[in-house]
Amino acid sequence: MSQPVRPLSPHLQVYRWQIQMVTSILHRGTGIILAVGSVLIAAALACLAAGPEAWACVTGLAGSWFGLLVLFGWTWALAYHWINGIRHLLQDAGLGYSIAQFVRNGWITVIGSLVITGLVWGVVISRGGFA
Amino acid sequence: MSRFDRFRAPIKNARGLGSAKDGVHHFIVQRITAVALLFLAIYVVGLVVTLAGADYATARAAVAHPANAVLLVAFLLAMFWHAQLGLQVVIEDYVHTPWLAIASQLAVRFACVLAALASVFAVVRIALGT
Repeated sequence: MSQPVRPLSPHLQVYRWQIQMVTSILHRGTGIILAVGSVLIAAALACLAAGPEAWACVTGLAGSWFGLLVLFGWTWALAYHWINGIRHLLQDAGLGYSIAQFVRNGWITVIGSLVITGLVWGVVISRGGFA
Repeated sequence: MSRFDRFRAPIKNARGLGSAKDGVHHFIVQRITAVALLFLAIYVVGLVVTLAGADYATARAAVAHPANAVLLVAFLLAMFWHAQLGLQVVIEDYVHTPWLAIASQLAVRFACVLAALASVFAVVRIALGT
């Protein structure tokens, strides 16, 4: 089936970058990352059920430098989607829509996601996990 | 009378479905699973952090605990449901070739349902010690 070539409205390339669009794009991006990550969770649980050898593969991968990098990025993606998800739910309730509020709570989610990521890994490291 | 009713045209009530042909069902389920995941994600991250560096027996015993097993299954169902709903919107937004859109929607649904079934089955196996 051939697609008619229709003119498209101007998209991202015509806009100056601003926090409002960054928070929106990051929410979708982190959502896609977390959806991919959800398959890894299923695989890890299947390995845990399969036995010690399969589980050793999971912990070996998770403890490698690449695994730790993925886990760190994954933590941030979850932290961001979580805190910006709260923001979205509040917006659904009609809150925080003035431009000043919108910009402020956008920055709160971005900085908050970094703080949450730091806290989670601070706890992991202080407990000696993955050492 | 909800405060949101003023955004709805009478024809919406007459037809009952809206332009998406399924009313607000997608919107509402996406938000219900979101609220569930707000709490379940804290719990799961807490569980994973406490198990970081733990040996096999400890990790397996933690997942086998009835409270953890039930909450994990709740988390898995909410997560894969929420993931499917989110990916559905992404595909609707960006994939405009009809056969490709249908194929990718089917693939996402099958993958999410399969991963949900496999992971819940794994938790049940661990919880029942088989």
